[in-house]
Amino acid sequence: MVKAVTSFGRSGLSDWLVQRVSGVIMLAFALVMVCKLGFGGELTYESWKAFFDGICMQVLTTATLLSLVAHGWIGMWAISTDYFTERLMGTKGTVIRLAFQAVCAVVLFTYLIWGLRILWS
Amino acid sequence: MLQVSLYRYNPETDQEPYMQDVEVDTGGKDLMVLDVLELLKAQDPSLGYRRSCREGVCGSDGMNINGKNGLACIMPLSEALKGGNKLILRPLPGLPVIRDLVVDMSLFYKQYEKVKPYLINDTPAPAIERLQSPEDRAKLDGLYECILCACCSTSCPSFWWNPDRFIGPAGLLQAYRFLADSRDTAQRERLANLDDPFSVFRCHGIQNCVNVCPKGLNPTRAIGHIRNMLLTNAT
Repeated sequence: MVKAVTSFGRSGLSDWLVQRVSGVIMLAFALVMVCKLGFGGELTYESWKAFFDGICMQVLTTATLLSLVAHGWIGMWAISTDYFTERLMGTKGTVIRLAFQAVCAVVLFTYLIWGLRILWS
Repeated sequence: MLQVSLYRYNPETDQEPYMQDVEVDTGGKDLMVLDVLELLKAQDPSLGYRRSCREGVCGSDGMNINGKNGLACIMPLSEALKGGNKLILRPLPGLPVIRDLVVDMSLFYKQYEKVKPYLINDTPAPAIERLQSPEDRAKLDGLYECILCACCSTSCPSFWWNPDRFIGPAGLLQAYRFLADSRDTAQRERLANLDDPFSVFRCHGIQNCVNVCPKGLNPTRAIGHIRNMLLTNAT
């Protein structure tokens, strides 16, 4: 068993499942948005606000934001552990990988808080 | 005359690897790639490659033939050239080159060793042998035939990036071969050893392994079965 303390759920199976479930949630959100934009009538500030004020849309959007963070972290973590490794880059590989992961974590966390604030305020 | 481009590297004399262009007379026959190598070896005895059974059983002569991994001994020239007239031979990608077409397979075997590729059974041994129904035996078809030539693992990008942490298609095919064996009693321990983000889950299902396997096996399907077993056991 390989140790991985920075992975999303510490378990390969858990990360794999989270990635699939979050993908389905984001797909559902994308389909709802396509329907709204394609067949939702005239798009005004009032209609857009009313659309997102509905509890169903607020739950779906919050789930999508959480899914985006989880999905994004698992994907970026996989990229970082593929390319920024000691095997490929020597000792600086670990430093670069941790720095890359920190940037990804800050960006994803910012998206989450920013999105929740827009949605719920 | 057949044009051949050969990957050459002798660490004792060469600063870095290079491609050597040579010509060989095949007499117009559709030889196997290994036969071409034998002719080249007669021309230049310093050429290094592995070979043994010359009939696709030992798995020694896995190499990259015109961009695709395969066994030189069972790859006809006509199939390798696909209408062209230049044969390009390189060592298996992703593993350190010892010399010319010979690679260091230590990491490959280390991953194979990790899956404990032998039957584990903690019940008392029967008088004669552990029996298995024909149905249970059939579950091992498509798994036990692997000859460990490493063509699949060395065509997998996930194995190129993490050969020390991702078990790779060949090792995982064997992992499933023992997980699927009705005589094995260590299924739980075997699965527990695979549930990390690297060992199994670095497989992204691109199926390079299926595309190159000279025995026609399907490691991606075996990896899918392992994932399903992990899911069944953990949810």
